[in-house]
Amino acid sequence: MDEIFDDIERWFASGEKVAIARVVDIEGSGPRDPGAAMAVNARGEVAGSVSGGCVEGAVVGEAIELLEGRRKAGITSFGYSDDEAFAVGLTCGGTIHLFIEELDW
Amino acid sequence: MTSIYERFRDSIRSEVPVALATLIEGPEVGAKLLIEESGVSLGSLGGEALDRVVSRDAIAMLEAGVSQVRHYGPEGEARQQELSVFIECHARRPHLVIFGAVDFTRALASQGKLLGFRVTVCDAREVFATRRRFPMADEVVVDWPDRLLERIGSDLGPRDAVCVLTHDAKFDIPAIVGALPTRVGYLGAMGSRQTHQRRVERLLEEGVTPSELERVRSPIGLDIGGRTPEETAVSIVAEIIAIRTGRSAPSLSEGKGSIH
Repeated sequence: MDEIFDDIERWFASGEKVAIARVVDIEGSGPRDPGAAMAVNARGEVAGSVSGGCVEGAVVGEAIELLEGRRKAGITSFGYSDDEAFAVGLTCGGTIHLFIEELDW
Repeated sequence: MTSIYERFRDSIRSEVPVALATLIEGPEVGAKLLIEESGVSLGSLGGEALDRVVSRDAIAMLEAGVSQVRHYGPEGEARQQELSVFIECHARRPHLVIFGAVDFTRALASQGKLLGFRVTVCDAREVFATRRRFPMADEVVVDWPDRLLERIGSDLGPRDAVCVLTHDAKFDIPAIVGALPTRVGYLGAMGSRQTHQRRVERLLEEGVTPSELERVRSPIGLDIGGRTPEETAVSIVAEIIAIRTGRSAPSLSEGKGSIH
């Protein structure tokens, strides 16, 4: 978490809105433990990570939707990519549950 | 007024243990409660009773350094599922105490920093225990091992490690004797099997029991064939991780099952 504060501060200083996605739970293999966090601004710039690079792209999309008011804060899950239920997935076969919200607290 | 985010950020930056609870399923998704070790809190998850229960759980989780989702009833009741609260814990950094200001110490101190340890190097010889030789360490202490352990021993816990690299009975023995009564999770001592055999005899003379001796990892580190100080440091930190996670540390490719 520490490593993403500098970018968040910079974005706040220039008046940008920031979304934050945090790993809250993992099932099976997952590259990052609960607490791993990634911040995204409305221009799609990213700080931090929530996986080994497998789902970050999709998280940016969710974060921008949130900042534009097209989705609410809540849990988004990513699982194994062969599973039809998940468009984007983790190659390691696990499932990660992320909580995505605006950093307005 | 300081926001929850600012307080959270400042605590993490200044390494003050802090927990952040977020309601992730329930009536007020996103509601937050920040909890400090002392019990001081900021914000609310939506009710006093719930806040009280979550604070209590968060303080216990802070000590262990784990972050996880907990489920509660509307008033914080256990064994109910209506509310899901993610409790993110930022514990104190684990502490690596290295006795002996030798060449291997430099590499081990750097490896320790890489893994996020607070690193203390201690040696009674002031010509060796200098900041200039160990710029990567958080502290360099000129003192006898038993005296340092008298001061900090009660703060050591399961996530911490003590490595004795002096190779000299004069320092090794008081370091090991001083570390054994602590709750430290890893205790390793450098030296060949022969050196350790002699050390064991000395420790038994000092009144250390055979079951206490089982806690001392010596020769130190995993069997990866390391020779240089840097390779040896990798083998030591790998053993520290394996002890903490309770794994027997064969190659991942030779095992089966989950890799995390």
